[in-house]
Amino acid sequence: MKRKLTYALAAPALAAVVSLAVGAVALLLAGHSPAEAYKAMWQYVDSLDSLVNVLNRTAWYYVAGVAVAIGFKMNLFNIGVDGQYRLAALLAAALGAALSDLPGFLIIICVLLCSMVVGGAYAAIPGLLKVKRGVNEVVSTIMLNSIATGITALLLARYLRDESVELVRTTEPLPEKAWLPTWEIGGAELQAWVFFAVAIGIGFYILLQRMRFGYDLRMSGQNPAAAKASGVDPNAMVLKTIILSGVVAGLIGMGPLLNEFHAFADQFPTTLGFTGISVALLGRNNPIGIAIGAFVFAFIERASQILNSVGVPQSIGRILQGTILIVAVIAFEVVKRYAAAAEVRDAAAKAQSRHDAAPALGATA
Amino acid sequence: MSTTTLAPSPATPARVLKTFPRWAVMGFGGLFVMFLLSIAAEVADAPDLTSSGAFGAALRLAVPIGMAGLGGLYAERAGVVNIGLEGMMTMGTWMAGWAGWHWGPWAALVAGAIGGLMFGVLHALATVTFGVNHIVSGVAINILAVGVTRFLAEQLFTGEQGASASLSPPVSGDMPQFSVPLLSDLFGWLEDQDWFFISDVAGFLKGITTDLSWATVIAMVLFPITGYLLWRTAFGLRLRSCGERPSAADSLGVPVYRMKYVAVMISGSLAGFGGATLVLQAGQFREGQTANRGFLGLAALIFGNWRPGGVAAGAGLFGYADALQLRSDEAVRGLVLFGALALVSAALFFLWQRRTRTAAILGGLAVVAYLAYLNRPDWFWGAWLYESADSLTIDTRIVFMTPYLVTLLVLSFASQRLRMPAADGLVWRKGQVE
Repeated sequence: MKRKLTYALAAPALAAVVSLAVGAVALLLAGHSPAEAYKAMWQYVDSLDSLVNVLNRTAWYYVAGVAVAIGFKMNLFNIGVDGQYRLAALLAAALGAALSDLPGFLIIICVLLCSMVVGGAYAAIPGLLKVKRGVNEVVSTIMLNSIATGITALLLARYLRDESVELVRTTEPLPEKAWLPTWEIGGAELQAWVFFAVAIGIGFYILLQRMRFGYDLRMSGQNPAAAKASGVDPNAMVLKTIILSGVVAGLIGMGPLLNEFHAFADQFPTTLGFTGISVALLGRNNPIGIAIGAFVFAFIERASQILNSVGVPQSIGRILQGTILIVAVIAFEVVKRYAAAAEVRDAAAKAQSRHDAAPALGATA
Repeated sequence: MSTTTLAPSPATPARVLKTFPRWAVMGFGGLFVMFLLSIAAEVADAPDLTSSGAFGAALRLAVPIGMAGLGGLYAERAGVVNIGLEGMMTMGTWMAGWAGWHWGPWAALVAGAIGGLMFGVLHALATVTFGVNHIVSGVAINILAVGVTRFLAEQLFTGEQGASASLSPPVSGDMPQFSVPLLSDLFGWLEDQDWFFISDVAGFLKGITTDLSWATVIAMVLFPITGYLLWRTAFGLRLRSCGERPSAADSLGVPVYRMKYVAVMISGSLAGFGGATLVLQAGQFREGQTANRGFLGLAALIFGNWRPGGVAAGAGLFGYADALQLRSDEAVRGLVLFGALALVSAALFFLWQRRTRTAAILGGLAVVAYLAYLNRPDWFWGAWLYESADSLTIDTRIVFMTPYLVTLLVLSFASQRLRMPAADGLVWRKGQVE
């Protein structure tokens, strides 16, 4: 047990150390002092209001990570989470504004449902293409991401645009009664979406560990042949999983929409789906792991905001994020192999000691 | 006698086609496409559809996509899926912008290739040495590349003349251009004659022989070289064997790990080279310059059935669509008409093959494309495709989506006929039991 924990922590620790080192080298080469940059970053986040801001971002990234992880759990690479959430957010925002006569909580429910339906429906396309026509989902979802970019731009510009706003292309804003609440803590606003994210995480855990569907899903990922032999229909599994992934993907944009922007506009966050892929990979598709991954990414993002004011390029944060990601995925693999080898060694040693304990067998013969 | 002779196999289309040599089928296919284009150009009154200018622009725009696709070809033929092409290309653009600013266009090309190569090594290290899932590593590389280029650009370009955190200073000097002597003039003369079909073919030939940048020439030459290298040399046989059956290759003494490394490194350099050609065309590095072209290269690779000729055709198609969009509204409308004609031809082909359902779907799509070409605003969709009901300008966002839609369409109708390398995307460890 203790060894298992060590293995689990070895990879993230290695990733953190290596990325800090790579960041330090990059800073040194660029003529900055890594110690000062890191110190400034730490001092900036080491306060309550920063923590609240980091938590808000963590919630966004967490939902994205869960959406991606649902597919990854069965080796289904839904790269299309990005397109699914942008399309869903646009349509949900437009619907919410159109329903402004309803009571606030009803609008929120309709908006959430709409985003889930749109995300799920858009994810069903690569699912159907894979099941019916054998099209690889990685390629089809990459294509569908770009198609979603086109569709959202088209819809926003021609049909859903709020004409009263001139310079920015935006949908009509949601009525204030349909905004999710925020609470002021230490000078920053904690967003209610954080609790939604926690609920989504708990749902994800229950689905995976406590439900038949989650068991089938994990088994399909780990051993497709065994899953099939035990009566799981692989095609139905692919379809259900990618649609579920899309349903959660639809929710990604709801944090930014209901809690911060209140409309879908050009400046609506755009690459959350890819951040989701990163944090799912960092968190090994585990409900707690993804939360840690999301927190790390949000933390780095917040901390690097201070850097411009001390004369260091802010994008060093991007390098830290990227390096952590790539080192972590390599380190996970190395640790996994090392653990497997250690197990074999242990078993061999045990067998050897048993053999040594009974030497008489061979001698008496 | 009547009892012993085998019944002659039925003349299915596939068999009929196989009785001709491959080059004849491909040549005929190319001429047929040109023929449809001539008709579309004539009917839609869009001479730009087959002008040498349009084909020249298409070639320029196809080069970066084609280089990414060719890079994907090397990696995937050796069994490594390379989703990281986009990131490798991004790194190539930065390196090219930086080196081009200091030492000119040739240095930009070399530096771009080196930039892609560095990420290629990283991808090989992760997937081959450490056995990380290929998609995971590729995605990570794309994310890392964005961060690295942004940092480098912010660090080295900010404050320079004509530059900013997302723009490099201009590349110093231009890449010399080159026209094939005599041929270029001959085709130009033929094009000016305005003869149906002949002038259209001449327009194509003039487009690919006139005012070529040396970078384009290199890119064009790389396709036949790749075909020769991968299918006609021992090196190519070994490389491809690693993508089909690595254990078998290993048992015959092929250094599988080393071959995969070499393939992924070539892959990265080609993607980086593609990025460099983008920089040379724009005259400087710009953030986000690759704009999904790495992914389009991947699409061209699949489209082209993991073969260099197919990659070239796929990249050419994307480049052509892009070029027309930049030229004129009539040309884009002509392209829609061409799409309708091509769909009809495909439907007839499938009908010949007795795949009636597929033929019916394609026929339906052809009708939709034809109606779109007509743009009758009084019909139920009104001007959905066009910028407004009385406009002849097809919405740019629809044009933007088209290559991706076409790829999806081809994939969903042809994915059973496409055959990727058997061990593509599988992590292989030396000594593993299959």
